[in-house]
Amino acid sequence: MDNFRCAPSDGRDLVRHNPDEEPTGPALLALEDGTVLEGRACGAHGEAFGELVFNTALTGYQEVLTDPSYAGQAVVMTNPMIGNYGITRGDDESRRPFLQAFVVREMCRYPSNFESVESVPRFLRRHGIVGIEGVDTRQLTKLIRTKGALRCVVSTKETDGGKLIARVKKSPSMVGADWASRVTTDRHYEWEEGLLTGNPPLKMEFPAEPKVVVLDFGVKYSILRCLREMGCRVIVLPADATAERVLSLKPDGILLSNGPGDPEPVDYAVKTIGTLLKSKIPMFGICLGHQLLSLALGGKTFKLKFGHHGSNHPVKDLATGKVEITSQNHGFCVDLDSLPDEVITTHVNLNDGTSEGMAHTRLPVFSVQYHPEAAAGPRDSRYLFKRFGELMLKRINGRAPKGAATRGEI
Amino acid sequence: MPKRTDIKTILILGSGPIVIGQACEFDYSGTQGLKALRDDGYRLILVNSNPATIMTDPELSDRTYIEPLTPEVLENIIKIEKPDALLPTLGGQTALNLAVALSEQGILKRHNVELIGAPLETIQKAEDRQLFKSVMQDIKVGIPKSLVLTDISELNSAARELGFPIIVRPSFTLGGTGGGIAYNLDELRDRAHSALEASLVKKVLLEESVIGWKEYELEVMRDSNDNFVVICSIENLDPMGIHTGDSITVAPAQTLSDRQYQAMRDEAKMVVSAIGVETGGCNVQFAVDPATGRRVIIEINPRVSRSSALASKATGFPIAKFAAKLAVGYTLDEISNDITKKTPAAFEPSIDYVVTKIPRFAFEKFGREFPLDTAMKSVGEVMAMGRTFKESFQKALRGLETGRAGFEDLGAGAKKRVETLTPEKLLRNLALPYSDRLFYVREALRRGLAPREIADITGIDAWFLNQLKDIMESEADLSEGKLTAERLRAAKRMGFSDTQIGRAIGKTENSIRLLRKKLGVLPSYKRVDTCAGEFEATTPYFYSTYDDENESTPSNSKKKRKIVILGSGPNRIGQGIEFDYACVHAVLAMRELGFETVMINCNPETVSTDYDTADRLYFEPLTFEDVMGVLDLEQPEGVIIQFGGQTPLNLTKKLAKAGIKILGTSPKSTDIAEDRRRCGALLKKLGIPAPDYGIAKTLPEAKKIARRIGYPVMVRPSYVLGGRAMEVVYDDASLKEYGGRALAAATHHPELLIDRFLSDATELDVDALSDGKNVFIGGIMEHIEEAGIHSGDSACTLPARSLTPSQRERIILYTGKLAKSLGVVGMMNMQFAIKDNVVYLLEANPRASRTVPFISKATGIPLAKLAAKAIAGVSLTQLLPKKLLERGYPEIPFTATKEVVLPFLKFPGIDPMLGPEMKSTGEVMGIAKDFPSSFVKAHSASGVSIPTSGTVFISIRDEDKSAILPIAAQLRQLGFSLVATRSTKAFLGRHAIEADRVYKLNEGKPDVLDLIKQRSLSLVINTPSGKRAKTDGFAIRRTTLELGIPIVTNVNSCQALVQGIATVRGRKSLEPYALQDLYRELDFTLPKKVVLK
Repeated sequence: MDNFRCAPSDGRDLVRHNPDEEPTGPALLALEDGTVLEGRACGAHGEAFGELVFNTALTGYQEVLTDPSYAGQAVVMTNPMIGNYGITRGDDESRRPFLQAFVVREMCRYPSNFESVESVPRFLRRHGIVGIEGVDTRQLTKLIRTKGALRCVVSTKETDGGKLIARVKKSPSMVGADWASRVTTDRHYEWEEGLLTGNPPLKMEFPAEPKVVVLDFGVKYSILRCLREMGCRVIVLPADATAERVLSLKPDGILLSNGPGDPEPVDYAVKTIGTLLKSKIPMFGICLGHQLLSLALGGKTFKLKFGHHGSNHPVKDLATGKVEITSQNHGFCVDLDSLPDEVITTHVNLNDGTSEGMAHTRLPVFSVQYHPEAAAGPRDSRYLFKRFGELMLKRINGRAPKGAATRGEI
Repeated sequence: MPKRTDIKTILILGSGPIVIGQACEFDYSGTQGLKALRDDGYRLILVNSNPATIMTDPELSDRTYIEPLTPEVLENIIKIEKPDALLPTLGGQTALNLAVALSEQGILKRHNVELIGAPLETIQKAEDRQLFKSVMQDIKVGIPKSLVLTDISELNSAARELGFPIIVRPSFTLGGTGGGIAYNLDELRDRAHSALEASLVKKVLLEESVIGWKEYELEVMRDSNDNFVVICSIENLDPMGIHTGDSITVAPAQTLSDRQYQAMRDEAKMVVSAIGVETGGCNVQFAVDPATGRRVIIEINPRVSRSSALASKATGFPIAKFAAKLAVGYTLDEISNDITKKTPAAFEPSIDYVVTKIPRFAFEKFGREFPLDTAMKSVGEVMAMGRTFKESFQKALRGLETGRAGFEDLGAGAKKRVETLTPEKLLRNLALPYSDRLFYVREALRRGLAPREIADITGIDAWFLNQLKDIMESEADLSEGKLTAERLRAAKRMGFSDTQIGRAIGKTENSIRLLRKKLGVLPSYKRVDTCAGEFEATTPYFYSTYDDENESTPSNSKKKRKIVILGSGPNRIGQGIEFDYACVHAVLAMRELGFETVMINCNPETVSTDYDTADRLYFEPLTFEDVMGVLDLEQPEGVIIQFGGQTPLNLTKKLAKAGIKILGTSPKSTDIAEDRRRCGALLKKLGIPAPDYGIAKTLPEAKKIARRIGYPVMVRPSYVLGGRAMEVVYDDASLKEYGGRALAAATHHPELLIDRFLSDATELDVDALSDGKNVFIGGIMEHIEEAGIHSGDSACTLPARSLTPSQRERIILYTGKLAKSLGVVGMMNMQFAIKDNVVYLLEANPRASRTVPFISKATGIPLAKLAAKAIAGVSLTQLLPKKLLERGYPEIPFTATKEVVLPFLKFPGIDPMLGPEMKSTGEVMGIAKDFPSSFVKAHSASGVSIPTSGTVFISIRDEDKSAILPIAAQLRQLGFSLVATRSTKAFLGRHAIEADRVYKLNEGKPDVLDLIKQRSLSLVINTPSGKRAKTDGFAIRRTTLELGIPIVTNVNSCQALVQGIATVRGRKSLEPYALQDLYRELDFTLPKKVVLK
């Protein structure tokens, strides 16, 4: 049963095929700036449009493939060797891939790993994701670096690059589109699983199991796993759930999840968050959740030239001066100066100085632009879940939590 | 935290001579560290015994001591220089061990010196296996089951508990010396015994076997604010059980999922924090069970290492430089990323290519192969980058210079031998790893064995095997149908060389090259930028591939002249760090003259492949194809080949033929010098005496020549590299035996070169430079060992001790004549021998030699730099003061002695004897006011202690008997007692020298071996007599060596040693000298700045 609102054919035109056949044949990648690269098919056959972004993570292509935040995008992996360990059980970040197309330098057809259950080409074909390999992914990365994220098409059907360019130019932009509604769950559910083996401990001691409501704008399973691992009850609601619906569940904490695209069109969620802020329930925003929270607090967001997509971004925690290596995936960013005075910046990106985290001085509310759940990426920032847990713990203990930004208290 | 201001003077330790397991990567890291700390304004004191290093260049430190790395010497230097801090983490295990000794002996505390980089407790926790184990247990990090053994009697119970196979590791050694794998109780006893001997603390770790597991390394950094980053992950193609240094390794790790990798990262973070690596680089090794994913930590090194040098070159992240910065208080976020300039060093590099490292072995020097195990045996390595594993792997294989142009069979003979192996033998060759195992893997794949099956037998992950299979399948496809541009490009993207493609379709390398150029299939160059293209980078560090976009845009400025310098490729015996030193100097000199310099090299251990060294760096194999790729793009005015040893020299003809201008001495002159016939004729014309010689194509011819010249003769196949496969032959029978073998082995030029062997001659090495008009001798070095021992293995001294003025004049005369008639521009190395006051020229090579750095350090004249400038067109009259040039050579008011280090301990069962085949891996220098003191310094720097009392065993061949008498007498006079076998005792007795008798082997008990094993001897003098010496002598020499008892195997060294003993006896220590002070005593100063007119 597929309960997703995003139909597989959204921006994609697929050819019927058997997933067990080896993907073969030529494929083309055309960009809105007129660049056309020739390669070979390494996924589903067909044609898919999207915004081309690069990801610099050396490991974790499976997490990238299944991260709903990539909805609407075609992803170029800068690591040229993709698929080496195949698809491993338990490492999907959502129920299926949401990205439009996958662009790699070399796709491995003979994976090797004791946890591997399937090859990536087979996975792509099974899920109808168009893939292209054998293109100069570094050239593409540099192109995106200089020109910004570009609209593109990957096709295994069309052999005329000129025609593809014309079609790309007509394809819709990510800006101004509500992508969260296309990837969120359409019904609420409870999440039961903790973290998989090979994760550091995250267990916390609570007098009673805290209840966390997660607003799903395209949530990654790892966020849910982290919360569950801490010892929380985890209830996931669709992106358009109302504040009343959230509050009716009497949550001890609210998590605003990550998700794809531009935050501004997700205005219904901004409104919901605005109402929830008044409840003074501890709130933790991640990525798109962070952006939506800033909008609800009266801030503004803007589109980055080519975004942050990778596992090696240094972020400084301004309270401790410590640097954490973070997992990032966002094309939009919060404008620091647009936020009210009662919101302080807690984290900054050392590469480009952009805002990476904020906390409210009066409310138990904080958020980060990056991914503390990691997956893919280093787990240096998992402490933020504990910080969220501490706020909930205070609430459970009957001490009204003060502002999340109060140092020493968090 | 910004840098510390409470520290002003820092003492930095180098790693000493190049040995197996500790090579020039520490010159690279030390040099980086020095530069970084100098930029921060610290006063730097450097101590290293190895003169063939860039780090000992006097410009890099305030005070440079080329002195033995011993606690006594260091205490003396500390007393003189009064450093505030000691930084030991850049000088390998040697420096770390010294830091421990200095701390434990209270020397640091006594003189108020702070250990920075790694506190004592950290070093101990990382190095002491038992402490390490308990720390790992505390933080619940998995480790293999293990036991510590301090006594051999505990073996049986240990074996029961762990089960075979068992890994044996001594505590506190380097390169895994003395370790090994034991499959049964007998082997365990042997290994444990030698491990106990090798361990500095007499502790041995016995460990559960994780042989066959997957092996990984993480190169990490941590700063004082607990910031932690992984610079690079490395996956070994060869499984656990083969030392990492001997394994093919790949970066980044290829077969780990993100969850598996992050778990490893988390663990590494916990471990470095628990061990207390406060600041700097550290490497963490893991083993992973391929079937279950169970992960155990194997070891950590709280210092920069061979792997960190590799990781630095692989990612562009300068670990050693930043480690030095962190040690003085900076945090990672305060240091900017060299490459992007805009982003901080606190990040984890992402790379968009694959790096493969392949070790280079030198077993041919020792006459037999050794199976690979946990004790490192390789002498060098090559690194290659490609966009895919297949590309980088094949590039690395051809960069190795072992005759393979990629993943292919070696020659028809070897191919046939492998193809006719029975299945059982093939399986055995797969299971028991030797350095050529890959080629059995190739055969197994060819026979259709499934990658999974081969993985089970070899422990090589099926992923790698499938990659190799892909390469083979593509190779087979090549021969079918026309080679279109598309098919050619596909093959190039898999790393196939032109030679390989040519072989597959029956064409020459050149025809493939031409076809490629015609079809436009040209290499593109990608930048190494630490960030996978995410940020803009300007660092001119490139590798080739066959992708669409080329990122290297040569400047081609009309204003700046451009030259390319070819490096020396992977280290091997006979071609090591000395050549990299010369290449780096050539680069520096050309930059000083305002040239744009381009370096091509593939050795990750070197300073030349630091992207800071040349203006542009291409990390490429030194093959004709790869070099031409760069030259076609860069279009330099010429190429300098004379500093990189044999590697670039071998390319000369092809490059010249392709229209490339070879700068300096013309290739023609090089040819003449190498061709014995033409060179012989030239010497005759010039009136330069040379030993009589002849060239034979058959054995009877050889015999005739030998008889004409008179035995003994030196025999070698013509056209071999650097004295390989030479032998001194004393009679017809051995000529037949050796000559037959040599003729059979030489497939291309079945010719024997037979020279008169000048026995008991004094040998001299001369390095000279010329601008084409003027000739200057950098130094005349006198060998300490007699003729017949490879010059690379001889100790030598500068100035020459026994040279008469008339002999010196003749050397100057001959050198001048030869250099001028060959038209030498740049360097020339010559070997002379003096017998009966005749000066013979043995050999001349118009290129930089192994001794260039030694002479440069001893005289303060940077020969390679001057030679490079001469090549650029600067006259020697500009480069040298008039008086000095007129004299023709420098006079120094002190003595420098070079001593070599030999790798015999790493090769069990090898006779530790010197001969015409070079075997040493490195060198040290001793510098003092007189020869005996400099000899003692050099000797002790090479790791041999100088006995000052005790018992000396003397066993000598008849020829040496008269020469030993004064030595024996002096030893008695110095208070030593002597022991000898019956006949020697009698001989000594006849000359009134008292000695005790000891039994020969099998003569009675206790025999001489018992004496050695009881450690009752303080010195063994054993001069082997030709072939007969194999039996008794071998056992004596080997045992002496293994027990670390000083041994001399020739009379001349013995003389020098006894002189040295006489000099140091009764003196507490020898005075250390800083080069900067010594140079002030010279009677010349070189012009500071030279411009090209």
